[in-house]
Amino acid sequence: MSVIAEISRWAIPMLFFVIPLLAYLRRVPVYESFVAGAEDGFKTGVSILPFLIGMLVSIRVFIDSGALEILARFLYPLFSWLGLSSDLTSLIPLAIMRPLSGSGALGVASQLIEQYGPDSMVGRMASTLQGSTDTTFFVLTVYFGSVGIRKYRYALKLGLIADFVGLVASVWIVLKAFY
Amino acid sequence: MVNLIWLLMLSIGILTAAVSGRIDTVTDSAMKAAELGVEIAIQLIGMMSLWLGLMRLAEEAGLVRGLARLGAPVIRLLFPSLKKDSPALGAIILNLSANILGLGNAATPFGLKAMKELQKENPDPETATPAMCTFLALNTSCITLIPATMIGVRMKMNSLHPTEIIGTTIFATGCAMTAGIIADFLFRRWRKA
Repeated sequence: MSVIAEISRWAIPMLFFVIPLLAYLRRVPVYESFVAGAEDGFKTGVSILPFLIGMLVSIRVFIDSGALEILARFLYPLFSWLGLSSDLTSLIPLAIMRPLSGSGALGVASQLIEQYGPDSMVGRMASTLQGSTDTTFFVLTVYFGSVGIRKYRYALKLGLIADFVGLVASVWIVLKAFY
Repeated sequence: MVNLIWLLMLSIGILTAAVSGRIDTVTDSAMKAAELGVEIAIQLIGMMSLWLGLMRLAEEAGLVRGLARLGAPVIRLLFPSLKKDSPALGAIILNLSANILGLGNAATPFGLKAMKELQKENPDPETATPAMCTFLALNTSCITLIPATMIGVRMKMNSLHPTEIIGTTIFATGCAMTAGIIADFLFRRWRKA
């Protein structure tokens, strides 16, 4: 474990040390090439802006209006009918929030961890869930927006299927590993 | 599908706010979200410029091509439609490596670069190619070795074992990634038939 953490800590400084050095040795004009490459960053950043704003507005209105909570409340009876305990249903808001908003999900996860304790079942599940899936809507909007794709085909379904499997796997593995 | 989801989230949100007597939150949220969009984009410009600058150096030094050749056998299994020497390969590998190592802010620039390269091979520039769908499925469900943010949150909340969720996270992302790859394979089959 600590080995992987050390790799993460050293990875970026080492990349910024080794790559320019190697490039210089291979006669690349390092500073000028860096600047030329960096120019692309600006263009991409500007081109994704409208897509970001469009998606964020819709998501924020949905979450802040309380619609997300109502949706979660509708799902509670369904889940308890399926035999899930009331502890597990407390994860529903997080599960819905996770693909929509990264910061929103982090907020919900932190609140769950605070409420139930980090070493409780819900706390461990929330930690695993938050750490394991990505903000699918954000990634799709930004990535497709940056190159002007309008028709996503089955990409959204794929992302949501993966998110759902991630959710089930998070719950299952925490039950298996700790209880 | 995206249009419908966008409309549903927006209109259901407005209706909910109206019914619960909190219609002001709609105006507030919409404006804050628009500002947040600009903030994120500006941050991204900085990150993108930094990493794409470094990537250009790596490209010109021949490192990206070397890396692409190294990872090509695996990546090409997942992306059968890509050309053998596609410039997207290097960016895809860099993106996935950054994701696995938990270098979130490096992953996005490489990912956008990969999309740009994939778009060059796209016959219909408005519609996603199968390779793009595969790439996004991998990207959103990629294995995470270190869930650094969550470890931080758990430490702050005085967990006795803040890192005990590393194993469970690796397992859960592994499952999600496998499901993503299988579903992608089935979708591609199904669309062709």
